[in-house]
Amino acid sequence: MSDPSTASIVSTPGAHPTDSGTPATAGQPQSNEKPRGLLGDAWQDLRRKPLFWIASTLIVVFVLMALFPALFAPGDAVNGSLSRSLGKPSGDAWFGYDLQGRDVYARVIYGASASIQVAVLAVLGTLLVGGTMGIIAGYRGGWVDGLLSRIADVFFGLPFVLGAIVILTTFNGSGSGNSKIKIMSLVTISLIVLSWPVVMRLMRSSVLATKEADYIVAARALGAGTGRIILKHLLPNCLAPLLVYGTIMVGSFIGAEATLSFLGVGLKSPVVSWGIMISDGKDFLRVAPGLVFFPAAFLVTAVLSFVMLGEAVREALDPKLR
Amino acid sequence: MSDILVSEQSAPGPGGSGRPSGRLLEVDDLRVEFRTRDGVAKVINGVTYHVDAGETLAVLGESGSGKSVTAQTIMGILDTPPGFVTGGQVRFHGKDMLRMSDEERRRIRGEGIAMIFQDALSALNPVFTVGFQIAEQFRVRRGMGRAEAKKRAIDMLDQVKIPNAKGRFNNYPHQFSGGMRQRAMIAMSLALDPEVLIADEPTTALDVTVQAQIMDLLAELQRERQMGMILITHDLGVVADVADRIAVMYAGRIVEEADVYELYAKPAHPYTLGLIDSIPRLDEKGQQLRTIKGLPPNLMNIPPGCPFNPRCPMAQPVCREKVPPLLQVGPARASACHFAEELVNRV
Amino acid sequence: MGRYLLRRLLQLVPVFIGTTFLIYWLVWAVPGDPFAGKCGERRCPDQYIAFMTEKYHLDQNVFVQYGNYMKNLLQGDFGQTFSQRDIGDIIATAYPNTLKLALVALAIEAVIGLGAGVLTGLRRNGFLDNLVLVSTLFLIALPVFVVGFVLQWLLGVQWGLVKPTVSSEMRWSELIVPGFVLGSASVAYIARVARTSIAENRRADYVRTAIAKGLPMRRVVGVHLLRNSLIPVVTLLGTDLGALMGGAIVTEGIFGINGIGRAVYRAIVTKESATVVGIVVVLVLVYLVMNLLVDLLYAALDPRIRYE
Repeated sequence: MSDPSTASIVSTPGAHPTDSGTPATAGQPQSNEKPRGLLGDAWQDLRRKPLFWIASTLIVVFVLMALFPALFAPGDAVNGSLSRSLGKPSGDAWFGYDLQGRDVYARVIYGASASIQVAVLAVLGTLLVGGTMGIIAGYRGGWVDGLLSRIADVFFGLPFVLGAIVILTTFNGSGSGNSKIKIMSLVTISLIVLSWPVVMRLMRSSVLATKEADYIVAARALGAGTGRIILKHLLPNCLAPLLVYGTIMVGSFIGAEATLSFLGVGLKSPVVSWGIMISDGKDFLRVAPGLVFFPAAFLVTAVLSFVMLGEAVREALDPKLR
Repeated sequence: MSDILVSEQSAPGPGGSGRPSGRLLEVDDLRVEFRTRDGVAKVINGVTYHVDAGETLAVLGESGSGKSVTAQTIMGILDTPPGFVTGGQVRFHGKDMLRMSDEERRRIRGEGIAMIFQDALSALNPVFTVGFQIAEQFRVRRGMGRAEAKKRAIDMLDQVKIPNAKGRFNNYPHQFSGGMRQRAMIAMSLALDPEVLIADEPTTALDVTVQAQIMDLLAELQRERQMGMILITHDLGVVADVADRIAVMYAGRIVEEADVYELYAKPAHPYTLGLIDSIPRLDEKGQQLRTIKGLPPNLMNIPPGCPFNPRCPMAQPVCREKVPPLLQVGPARASACHFAEELVNRV
Repeated sequence: MGRYLLRRLLQLVPVFIGTTFLIYWLVWAVPGDPFAGKCGERRCPDQYIAFMTEKYHLDQNVFVQYGNYMKNLLQGDFGQTFSQRDIGDIIATAYPNTLKLALVALAIEAVIGLGAGVLTGLRRNGFLDNLVLVSTLFLIALPVFVVGFVLQWLLGVQWGLVKPTVSSEMRWSELIVPGFVLGSASVAYIARVARTSIAENRRADYVRTAIAKGLPMRRVVGVHLLRNSLIPVVTLLGTDLGALMGGAIVTEGIFGINGIGRAVYRAIVTKESATVVGIVVVLVLVYLVMNLLVDLLYAALDPRIRYE
């Protein structure tokens, strides 16, 4: 956070409330502390929040789980033995066994990988596509803005779940094979295709709001080129809302991926995913509630940690909420 | 309570005595602090002033001097938290408002004491018509019917000289010009015929030409209705024509109180002197504008002694040690400066 | 206002065409042979293929097909399924059920979300505030299918308080649990928007003015504060109704409601292309019109907004 380019976030227009009612420090230079920027303030704020630390810790655990599942579960997540079908939890398998006698604990751990990979990749893609479109639309304005905005409207008009189902069934029909990479990239792409308009609108309004700010006008008057203005001035200013939205989006994409897998149009076996596990287990709710409970608990915890982190950061960045 | 506060006529005595004195509105040794997470700011540090029926008291000071916070405390609209009253009294007809029940205080608002705010655009509710916001008081406080309340509201708009009052009844605040909006604000505050009107920088947000019109209107209405008026401003120029007495505030204290002519002629506090000197004058054209050097103190860390001492051209060692009390320096004036006598008696 | 409305309507047209064409193209043109797998395991009868090719101009390019489809649609003809059922009929049967569910969800959102938001906005940082903050966080984080299953299992199966599925009569009382499930995330958003809005406006100058006028607190909050704070909430509710009517696939599936979401899901699974397109067209139209209405509502609620 010590990157000097982020210092310009300090001057985000309207970020500082007027001092009409609180003359406490009006016109006062902070005497003993060096002046902090919005990000510095936010960090001071975050450090004191238990919510932030809980969420971050959980996220670190989940990311480790996704990268090195073997660290957490020595068992086999894919192969089972039918003799152990629906076995109760035990010392060997903490969460019991599923219908095919697979270790539920190992599967829950290995399930993190697919869900989190898809979610993170989809978020990066969405931010990239939506962010680029938003900057172009906001900065160029005119007919370019009109055209891009209408295109965004077209994709935005599709209901999310419905759109994803149509895209996935079209490109991932019954005839095609079950290659893991293909399914995962299809799910990722359909999430991006249906979500980028939101990021574009966010970015566009952010750019529009800062474009006319005095310091941007000044930079332009001093002869700074378009590319430089965007990279050095616009981008750092629009970054904060994007950061928050991206974090929360990882959480909701994990949920979306699970929903699609649950509906049978997303990830499919042999890929291990929480959504598939819940879908498989739902018919055995009475006999073995653990088959639904454990993956659901992991799913909810993962979604919750990203949403919580995003919330904490948003509150820290929003001076109005102080 | 190290300050001994003296107002013009009453004998010297400790602040916060609570003795009824027949005054209309009195602020007595009021203390307010803002508790923020960065620390405690002492915003009002023992303010005492009063206003009687038919007179105008101007409260003068820079932003952050505590003049608006005092007014908010009188009205009972101080944001709590962060603001907390830590001492003193606000007496209306001799009764301490800070000890009244919420309901008693509410009844005084609008009818006893009314207030005009600086920025009428944000002070008027944007989603209701101006007429509704005036008529509302007649309906809620006076129990009038819709038609009668409307008639009275139009009458009020007429009194503040809004042209075509009837037609503008149904306009929203944003459809008014700045000056007209402030007139509507005045109409609203006068609707219940208050005894005291507090005007918090009523012209600051307006064009210079409109400023004079609004001040004239206020002065006229004040005379007609024989109201007590507290005019809060940072603009010495606004004060001269309208005010009877002036109280100058600095760092949450009254540093000088005097009749308007005496204050201009012979300021008894170096801060007042600085303020008067920093008014641009035509006869000194070409010379550099005089200013008060430095900044107002940090209210979380007010310097020991006289709060003005770091900026004062006359400061002596005693100023850094002892807080000067507000003492009588003439028939109807007081100053909180160790050297007030010398200032008044200089040639 | 009239000109604004006209401009917005004109803007709707390309968006409507774009979205529906996108779906049409995805459903009819991308998979190659439009009849592959459409008649179950068997190959479709030649006579049927000829009939459909004729009806939907399948021998021509996708633009001509789409144009002809739209022409029929404008005359109220949604086409027919492979089993010769009128798609218009399917929509007409299923849509009222979805609408009913969406209205229940909306009512629950308005009552719970708004109530919680207003209460916590007025008293921030209390016990209730923290409770609402935590529970809304959970509602936002829980995917709908998880909420649906948990509630169905707990209330329906374990405790037997309600029937696990909704009967075909669609009684209002049966719809309370599914309605809550459908609106669960939105309840949380409404509560949070209302809370923030109230908390921000509570310190607004005009609220201070209202207090200074000596109005009773009830009136300050109930009239001056609420009227302003409700603007974002009402618009959110409106937008949500548009979304709810298209987003009930999961909820309708879990609770066995014969609504539009279930119909479109079944159509997708059974490759009923004409049905999929027909339903999506209706949903997109509803969504766009709702958004337009919300914009107009916004202007009605906030006199400062002027449309040119």
